[in-house]
This record gives sequence, C-alpha cells and structure tokens, in this order.
Amino acid sequence: MAEAGKKTRDGASDGSGGIEGERIVQIRIDSRPETLRLVRAVAGEAAALCGCSEQCVRDIVIAVDEACQNVIRHAYRGSSDGEILIDIRRERDRIAFNIIDFADPVDLSKVKPRSLEELRPGGLGIHFISECMDEVRFRAPPAGAGNRLWMVKRIE
Amino acid sequence: MVNCQVREQEGIVIIAVSGDVDLESSPKVRDVLLDCVGSKRPVLVDMSGVSYIDSSGVASLVEAHQSARKSKTTFALADVSQSAMRVLELARLDKVFTIHSSLAGALGDGG
Repeated sequence: MAEAGKKTRDGASDGSGGIEGERIVQIRIDSRPETLRLVRAVAGEAAALCGCSEQCVRDIVIAVDEACQNVIRHAYRGSSDGEILIDIRRERDRIAFNIIDFADPVDLSKVKPRSLEELRPGGLGIHFISECMDEVRFRAPPAGAGNRLWMVKRIE
Repeated sequence: MVNCQVREQEGIVIIAVSGDVDLESSPKVRDVLLDCVGSKRPVLVDMSGVSYIDSSGVASLVEAHQSARKSKTTFALADVSQSAMRVLELARLDKVFTIHSSLAGALGDGG
C-alpha cells in the first residue's frame, strides 16, 4: 500500500537517517532536468540487476524520475544549483530508493495526489509514484539534508 | 533527446514524436502540439517512437487535448508505445484520449 502524502517523518535519528539495506549504488546529481535521463538509466539498471521484471523496472523508473522531478521543481523551485542524492539499496526481497535533497524541508501537508476525475495538465507526479511503488514515505533525512523520500518496491 | 516531425496527410496534421518526453524536453513537445492544434486541423500524434514519457509530457498532451476541444477540432494519439501506454493508464487518460492502435488505422478511420 503506497503512502505518498503521509504527513509524518519517521526513521532513525542516528545520523545515517535510518538508511537500511545493502547499498547497490549511490549517485549525486545537480538539480537540472537534463540529469533525469541519467537517473532513469541508473534506477532501471539497478532494478534489473536485482532481478526485477520488465514491468517492475518500468514502474521503478517512472517513480524515481517523478520523485527527482518533484525535487527539482518544488524543493529547489527550478534552481539548478541544488544537489540530489539517490541511494539505491536492497532490503531482502525489496529494492529501496532514497531520494535525498538539501533544500528546505517540504510542507508535507501539500504533498498529496490529486483527484484524477479532474482533467487538467499537471499534478500527476505523486499519483504516479504512489501507483508504481509498494511503499512511499518521507523519512528522517541524514544530517545536513533537507528531505528524504523513501520508496520501496518488491522485487518480482 | 526528443524529436518532433510534423507532416500533413489527407488533411490531417501528423506529429511523429520520438525519444524521451521528460521534464527537459516536454516544453518543446508542448510548443509543437499547441502550434499544430492551433492550425484548427485534425491532429494525430504518432507515439510509436516515444521511449519514455513522464508527468510533464502527459501534461502537454492534456493541454493539447483541451485546446483542440475548445477549437472543436480532433486530437488523437496513434501507435502508443508500451511504456507510454503504461503512463497514460496510470493517469487514467487511456479512457480520455482517442487512441488508435496504428497510424494506418487512424488515417483509415479519418484521424
């Protein structure tokens, strides 16, 4: 059950931000739209490496792309000076993606999917993330970071 | 990288979009779509070459669809790649847009 929009931050406050699991890869990118292609390639390859099916890989790529896009558009408000850390880990039979930024903490009350009944451009990112991943939650960020979005998908 | 090739056939404006339609490239796709819809002729978007589309790309399609509706002209998609269809389904837009399974079929149907 996806939990995008949950209005709490959880996770350990031990300085690591509670990031668990065996690290597969970690990349740091600038908050520029052109870096998203690289993010999709890395997320997709990491998922394939873990044994995810083609459909599972496709959904993971959508979710990670949308999450980073939200950071660029909303957390950094379109500024290309920001940095995004993408930490990908294996947690038993799941693959976990931690999307960490160094912007001001987001107002979680504003992070919620919109109704699809309304036909209008925009506002679909959170909905895509919720649909594509099994669990999505803001968790305590590592020291010095602003936000950490944690998303997991069962490897199938 | 994205590429939009525009041609006209049987009075229909066909836009062949190829590549990734994402936050970087969707403004370009949006401009082409709105320009073509603004011509008040039926518009058909060939999506066979779209390797990826994100929410910003979907927003461009919605905007073009709405603009066409206001202009009382037709706006349809054809030959939507599997990855793009997944995103349209997630947005429940597969039930909103006119989607033809092939370009030839769309032209045969009159766009």
